[in-house]
Amino acid sequence: MAVTRQDRPSGWYLAPAVAFFGAFAVLPMVLVVYLSFTSWNGFGFPALSGAENWTRLIEDGRAWDSLWLTLLFMVLTWVVQTPIAMLIGVWAAGHQRNRAVLSSFFFLPLLLSTAAIALLWAAVLDPNFGATQALPFLDGVNFLGNTELVVYTVVWVISWQYIPFHTLLYQAAARQVPQSLYEAATLDGAGRYRQFFTITLPLLKYTVITSTVLMLVGSVTTFDTILILTGGGPGTATRILPLHMYITGFSGFEFGYASAIAVLLLLLGAGLSLAVTSATGFRKMQSQQEGM
Amino acid sequence: MSLRRLTRVTTQAGALVLAGALVAACGSSGPAGGGGGEGGTGQVWALEDAALNPIEEASIERFNEGSDSGELELATFGNDPYKQRLRVALGSPNAPDLFFNWGGGNLKEYVDAGQVEDLTGLLDENPELRDAFLPSVLAGAELDGANYGLPMRGMQPVVLFYNQSVLESAGVEVPQTWDELLAAVDALSAAGVTPIALAGTQAWTELMWIEYILDRVGGPEVFQAIRDGEEGAWEDPAVLESLEMLRELIDRGAFGNDFASVGYDVGGASTILAQGDAGFHLMGSWEYTNQLNDSPEFVEAGDLGWTTFPAIEGGAGDPSNLVGNVSNFYSLTSSSENKEAAREYLSTALTSEEYISDLIEAGDVPPVQGIRDQLAETENGDYATFIYDATADADNFQLSWDQDLPADEATEMLTQLEQFFLGTQTPQGFVDAMSGV
Repeated sequence: MAVTRQDRPSGWYLAPAVAFFGAFAVLPMVLVVYLSFTSWNGFGFPALSGAENWTRLIEDGRAWDSLWLTLLFMVLTWVVQTPIAMLIGVWAAGHQRNRAVLSSFFFLPLLLSTAAIALLWAAVLDPNFGATQALPFLDGVNFLGNTELVVYTVVWVISWQYIPFHTLLYQAAARQVPQSLYEAATLDGAGRYRQFFTITLPLLKYTVITSTVLMLVGSVTTFDTILILTGGGPGTATRILPLHMYITGFSGFEFGYASAIAVLLLLLGAGLSLAVTSATGFRKMQSQQEGM
Repeated sequence: MSLRRLTRVTTQAGALVLAGALVAACGSSGPAGGGGGEGGTGQVWALEDAALNPIEEASIERFNEGSDSGELELATFGNDPYKQRLRVALGSPNAPDLFFNWGGGNLKEYVDAGQVEDLTGLLDENPELRDAFLPSVLAGAELDGANYGLPMRGMQPVVLFYNQSVLESAGVEVPQTWDELLAAVDALSAAGVTPIALAGTQAWTELMWIEYILDRVGGPEVFQAIRDGEEGAWEDPAVLESLEMLRELIDRGAFGNDFASVGYDVGGASTILAQGDAGFHLMGSWEYTNQLNDSPEFVEAGDLGWTTFPAIEGGAGDPSNLVGNVSNFYSLTSSSENKEAAREYLSTALTSEEYISDLIEAGDVPPVQGIRDQLAETENGDYATFIYDATADADNFQLSWDQDLPADEATEMLTQLEQFFLGTQTPQGFVDAMSGV
């Protein structure tokens, strides 16, 4: 049956989505861009200040340190999370014994709120009263007080928090891989590793991209875990750019300058996901299951 | 890239960014609470406090029963949300009628924005009201000779706490001077304990040290010049000298090695003191109540000691000077539509006998005249009278910088201070950074 123009739903069906998107996404973004050209401490009305916030941002060494730290976090969390999430996800998609029981343990962090996770780890890693101090080989290691170690500590906690979510993505995707491909491969004599690398991994390609984009964008929007765990400290050792924006805006009440940082984050997040989606051919959404 | 392709890619990317932003945004939501105005029930906003909120609530209820000028209602908020919410609400139709604040520069920002009613007239009409409060505390809400708030909670000066048995076993006397403090630090280090407990994850605990040293070295005038934003105020030689003295203290190992990851809210530094792992702890007067709740056996054994900050020889500041939270104040918004009720509440309820004795019973030391005997009779009379005498005798009571400086300057100062304690910022670097703000 030929699909004619009349058969398609009216454009008005789109209205609720457009209204929602406009009110809660486009409008705030426009306002943030406007605010980034003003000076406003929360009282009265924002006063236009030209490009002052932007020249300040260019000269602000702390903002650039934060940006660099954000990129470091982005890379480290990706490197830690992706292999672990993929392996657990593929495993959890199978039909092994005890899979359901163990999976529910792996997904446990997903059930905890960010605040609970941050407070939990802060207590576990406390240099005076934490559980780690009872372990012989970790005795005396100051996970949250050492300005170099703390970066890896935070990467660990954030990975612990988000791996279950990405595992869920990989589990769902791995379940979609047709069983017949594995049967054919087994007939051809491929072992388990060969099957993983030539069937599972290529078919998970788009899931890897989705998961990657979520991680990259997550790095430029999330700060709650770090805020509670370290407050960006010691000093500024873990003050990533979103947290720098929060502190500037909601402790210093410099909403204009904080908005300039927000715009930078917005561009960074949009740019990164754009780069990833177009570089990988994600947007084509071709079927990966030709002949199936 | 064709335009169509660009549009599609952008849309996809935008959708993903939004998904991320939404996930992040789900974590935060403002506190619920009523807005006031329109001549209905007057709104009173205060900071959350499990012990004090019921007392404030009861005071307002008593007022509502006996008054025909209008009714009031209390709404409470946590610390950070409170500051954000108040700032946004002032000047909007949702502004409260009476609001809690810390006085000093914190209040000055609101006054400068034209949002606060001058209460000098109220005090002039009721001289007995003015005389009821300790003058040094009432002065905390005075700006350019006009009064903008009345004290409504206890005084919270910063006090040097110590563990008596730790000091004894290290052969250390309670230090009266800076040199004695340095000697005590060396003796405690040699005895194998952390000399001074410091909750360094929160910069305001570090702030107490630089404030006291600067007060003893330079006196209140240096603080005044910095708060008023005078040109070159941070470059006062006293600031650099104080920072160098603090640097010396840190480099001596006075705070141990772990302070950068010790918290206050989770009870870290207080527990270290109570367990005998540290000798001293410089903290606000509320520390006593915390120790009483968390380590009652420590307090009851008489091991918790307290004293004023040591004198510094040759310094310009009077050793009786205090820093800390002078008190908390209720201020009246200029847009209030319940001014009559609010004024009546301010002039009658805050000095009422019931309110004051409720506060004393809760362990607070209210800044009102003539309650020393009443304080001495309470369960923790020794401590309460110490706080009362110290504040009544203080030559000057300096409000903490994190409340006294404008928010942007305070935020930068706290960041610089954290780096200073970690050793990544030098005394001169601190001065340069702050004078550049």
